[in-house]
Amino acid sequence: MSDSSTGKPVNLRRRILAGGAAGLTIAGAQFVSRMAFAQTGPIKIGFPTPLTGAFSSEAQDQVRAAELAVKEFNAGGGFNGRKCELLVRDDKLNPGEAATRTLELIEKDKVDLIVGSLSAATQLSINAVCKARKVLFNSISQSDAINEAKDWSFYTFHEALTPHITAGAVARYAFPKFGKKVVYLTADYAYGHEMVRGFQRAGQAFGMQTLADIRHPLGTSDFSSFLPRIQALKPDVLVLCNFGRDLVNAAKQVTDFGLKQNMKVITPVLLYTSRQAGGAEAFEGIIGGTSYYWGLEDRIPTAKAFNDKFRKAYAGAVPSDYGALGYAGIRSVLQAITEARSTNATAVANVMRKMRYDFYKGVQNYRLCDHQSVQSVIVVESKSKAMKDKYDVFNVLSIEAPDEKNLRTCDELGHKVLS
Amino acid sequence: MVEITPQLLMLQLLTGLALGAVYALLAIGLSLIFGMLTVVNFAHGAFFMVGAFLGVYFLTLTGSFWFSLVLTPIAVGAIGLLSERFLVRPLYGRGIDYPLLLTFGLSYVLVEAMRVIFGIDGMPTSTPTELRGVVNVGFGMFPLYRLFLIAATAVIVIALWLFIEKTRYGLIIRAGSRDNEIVRVLGIDISRIWLLVFGLGTAIAGLSGLLAAPTRAVNPEMGIPVLAESFVVTVVGGMGSLVGAVVAGLLVGVVFSMTSLFAPEYAELSIFVLMAVVLLVRPQGLFGKAGLMG
Repeated sequence: MSDSSTGKPVNLRRRILAGGAAGLTIAGAQFVSRMAFAQTGPIKIGFPTPLTGAFSSEAQDQVRAAELAVKEFNAGGGFNGRKCELLVRDDKLNPGEAATRTLELIEKDKVDLIVGSLSAATQLSINAVCKARKVLFNSISQSDAINEAKDWSFYTFHEALTPHITAGAVARYAFPKFGKKVVYLTADYAYGHEMVRGFQRAGQAFGMQTLADIRHPLGTSDFSSFLPRIQALKPDVLVLCNFGRDLVNAAKQVTDFGLKQNMKVITPVLLYTSRQAGGAEAFEGIIGGTSYYWGLEDRIPTAKAFNDKFRKAYAGAVPSDYGALGYAGIRSVLQAITEARSTNATAVANVMRKMRYDFYKGVQNYRLCDHQSVQSVIVVESKSKAMKDKYDVFNVLSIEAPDEKNLRTCDELGHKVLS
Repeated sequence: MVEITPQLLMLQLLTGLALGAVYALLAIGLSLIFGMLTVVNFAHGAFFMVGAFLGVYFLTLTGSFWFSLVLTPIAVGAIGLLSERFLVRPLYGRGIDYPLLLTFGLSYVLVEAMRVIFGIDGMPTSTPTELRGVVNVGFGMFPLYRLFLIAATAVIVIALWLFIEKTRYGLIIRAGSRDNEIVRVLGIDISRIWLLVFGLGTAIAGLSGLLAAPTRAVNPEMGIPVLAESFVVTVVGGMGSLVGAVVAGLLVGVVFSMTSLFAPEYAELSIFVLMAVVLLVRPQGLFGKAGLMG
């Protein structure tokens, strides 16, 4: 790190000064910076995300959509003539790398705030860096831990869903329909465990019975040796609590072994990108949750508007779920800056806490105690027939409306109730 | 807890054999190259991965799995031939770690090459239409494709055995792996044999990549875990032993599968425990000759 990383209080001030407010006295800087006219130069947003590694295709879509939000903002004149500049950095899906890149963005590039991340682990390390420097961070990746009081700060916002909400929504949809006996095939790390916990809590209401929770190591390429046992257990529902390539492999092999003929296969997070990578046959009939699917456009006008802008910018392609989060994550903070008439982290955070916004999927707001975005969950089913084009991969089965009661309570997360 | 029935055990065993078939094929290629050239081929997993990519590519190009089955080993073998001729050959006589480091680097180059050509997401694959579905094997339902995998491995192993045991080239290969200096003294151009063996080993790796492709996701990183597993198999079977490679491949598959049934958390660990036990009891591996590394 550069030697400037030592004196923290000075740096906070420097950051506010970023953009060359040269004539200001040091003493008055913090005060004056609240007034828009004192700030010049571009608004800089740091965007750490895993451009390389297992989630690179999702990450690149995040960047595409985030750039779209920035372009839109700049085309609209920016804020007081100040344009926005997006500084994308590769965190390589590594928490240490993510922390280093974030620190550089803050100390060296003097960004005004941070949006980004794509893994439960990297977002916690990015958050820790931002928290220590009182820099606003809007996370666009799933995590339960980031909302918990021990990791959270006033400057932490969570635009993405949490495993608890997503698993809950899928459970509430699927469990009453397909029977009471469940087997979980779970990736043995935080994400998998959080998902199983989410399903089991939501499942209590329906009297669900867990026959087995089979844990597999992260990065398993062949699940066949787990499958005869699952077959013999005769569950009504098989829940695949894994992600990315693990999910693709599991779905493929579950299909090959003919398990779908005897049980319903569901998964907490069914991503557009996973489905594209795994193919129609492997995912046929699998039900899962997602934060966004482009097919919402027939019923949600903002989704239509967002898709059209994305299509126009990227040769007809549609945005993925994580891509859409990149867009929403950037738009939220830019809107808050405009309303706050400031890039001061506290001022922006205060506006975000009160915001009700609809950028792409219907109305959302941040819960006051933990800044979790309260939003809808879309339950989709993968299809292999009657597809209009290569983008047409899911049927939307239900949209669970945004509701704070589907989140873990503030109390449970350890927050002293803030008004 | 599920009731352990004989049917379930049999099914689990069969699953292990299908899994072991791919391990065995990989280990044969690795063992062949090591036995003959004393080159520890760290790019073996990468050749497997290239085989999967090219296999799927040829499949979409020709529309026939069977064409791809012929074209893929030829193409991957050709890459192997070029690698031996221009990269590995200059390093002979320099000690075992030189080619090891070189092939390690080569594996990165191959992974990057596939990322550049086919993209980072990999390619979606599906089971060839003729081999789709499940069949009743008497004690349960089993995917037809995995039965085909076992059969294909058997055919490849037998063909290879005939080649090595019954042909003139095979005789030279066997002689060369015992004492290559004597073979050279007898007037045989050993470097051509080495070229051929390297090509053959990589072709089999490519073929196993194609065979595995319909069962899993094809992506540039798919060869990395496979490399570790095939080293375990080679060590258990004995470095340089073809019989060892086949027996150990199937054994590792079955051990993995049976552990998954009773203690899924330890499945991955189990094959390394097996390796450790074999190394303690029989350091040269089940079918290996002692002192080959010296």
